[in-house]
Amino acid sequence: MVIDSDFDMELDLLLNAIFHKFRYDFRGYSRASLRRRSQAALINLDVLSLSALQARVLHEPGFFEELLQYLTVPVTEMFRDPAFFITLRENVVPYLSTYSSLKFWVAGCSTGEEAYSLAIFLLEEGLLERSLIYATDINPRSLKVAQEGIYPSSLIPKFTQNYQKAGGKSSFSSYYEEAYDAVSILPSLKKHLLFADHSLATDSVFSEVHFISCRNVMIYFEKELQERATQLFYESLVPGGFLGVGEKESLQFSPLMPKFERLHAPPCRIYSKKRRLNDKK
Amino acid sequence: MMIGGHEIRCVVLGASAGGVDAINFILGKFHRPLTVPLLITLHVAPHSIFIEEAFRGADSTIQIKEVADKEVLLPGKVYFAPADYHVLLERQGHVSLSSEEAVCFARPSIDVMFESAAFAFKQNVLGILLTGANEDGAKGLKTIQDFGGLTYVQDPREARSPFMPQSALALFTPTQVLVLESIGELLYGQGAT
Repeated sequence: MVIDSDFDMELDLLLNAIFHKFRYDFRGYSRASLRRRSQAALINLDVLSLSALQARVLHEPGFFEELLQYLTVPVTEMFRDPAFFITLRENVVPYLSTYSSLKFWVAGCSTGEEAYSLAIFLLEEGLLERSLIYATDINPRSLKVAQEGIYPSSLIPKFTQNYQKAGGKSSFSSYYEEAYDAVSILPSLKKHLLFADHSLATDSVFSEVHFISCRNVMIYFEKELQERATQLFYESLVPGGFLGVGEKESLQFSPLMPKFERLHAPPCRIYSKKRRLNDKK
Repeated sequence: MMIGGHEIRCVVLGASAGGVDAINFILGKFHRPLTVPLLITLHVAPHSIFIEEAFRGADSTIQIKEVADKEVLLPGKVYFAPADYHVLLERQGHVSLSSEEAVCFARPSIDVMFESAAFAFKQNVLGILLTGANEDGAKGLKTIQDFGGLTYVQDPREARSPFMPQSALALFTPTQVLVLESIGELLYGQGAT
């Protein structure tokens, strides 16, 4: 690995170039992790420097989409952090059941596992029929995979294990069809999902929803961008609506915390939007 | 803090098998807090809960906690990486968590923490690698050295699991190879100034 004192400066320039050319805004992302991913990009794309990467981004059609695969973090799995779903079932479903029509938002859905997990969960809770799940991401290639809902068979054992730990009521295999080395999510689930392009860094509220899942996405943002995203979520939620975050994420230090209420003591990662600002508990 | 005329702004320490005892041995030398933050990555199983009571310094006022995303690292405090997340230091002096792929089968990974420390603080880092059964941390410790920082490796003859220190020594020659007693003394002795 080359120790390059210009690396940080070149990364700044690259992110600026990407913003000005493509309107993808990575400037507010956590730098250390972006640094690692751009180093991986250099190695895998066989480019010598970030400046060389920038030149290709600006002048070579299609190159940015390749680079984008390195700048975003694709790590996800079905029923990730299974305890989350248990809390959902116990504390959130009773409220959701009182609505005759429900909207959900999975923000930063990557290749779709989180969104499909939510769909399966809602089906088992008898809520899917009345629900629409928006699942958004900035990576068009991930969204395409998500839309297709086809996953390698090698992932199934882990997914199944997670599903069971999450309190799955049926059998995970009842939600997909097998073909060759892959599994395909059932169309009956897919029809409740809408995958779309949306950036937490640059875009606005697009719908009023009852539940937002944004798990292990905001850790990749610096504080300012985290606040922007949290504000977006706050404005998108119906009063009393819920926001679920990752296992080690929290709104604790956010200026918006007074407008939310944590469902339980930590490590609970589900918050509800207070119905009135002077709600006390 | 100064160690042999070299300014240190942050200490990063990694350990795996045998690490709890080794870390407590070192913390047991701290009769008052260090003048810099100490960030520790100890390999633990996913979903394991951080037990504060498992660790204590000789001075019970020394605060030991699990580090949170975007937490600003303060002098004198001891921070542990949470289970299942990498910890990365940022130049501004806070930490970001990441759930990117495991490195050397580890998440949190010592390599990831060490490397980020080198990029964030350049030569003003002291990296310490202790007992462990895999090679996570060897490359990262070398990175700290390549950026001009100080590096201590626990003497493999003393380490409960010598593989981790040995992996580092196979890769490069650190500033010092030390037994825990000496690591503790050096940190505590210098940490007071």
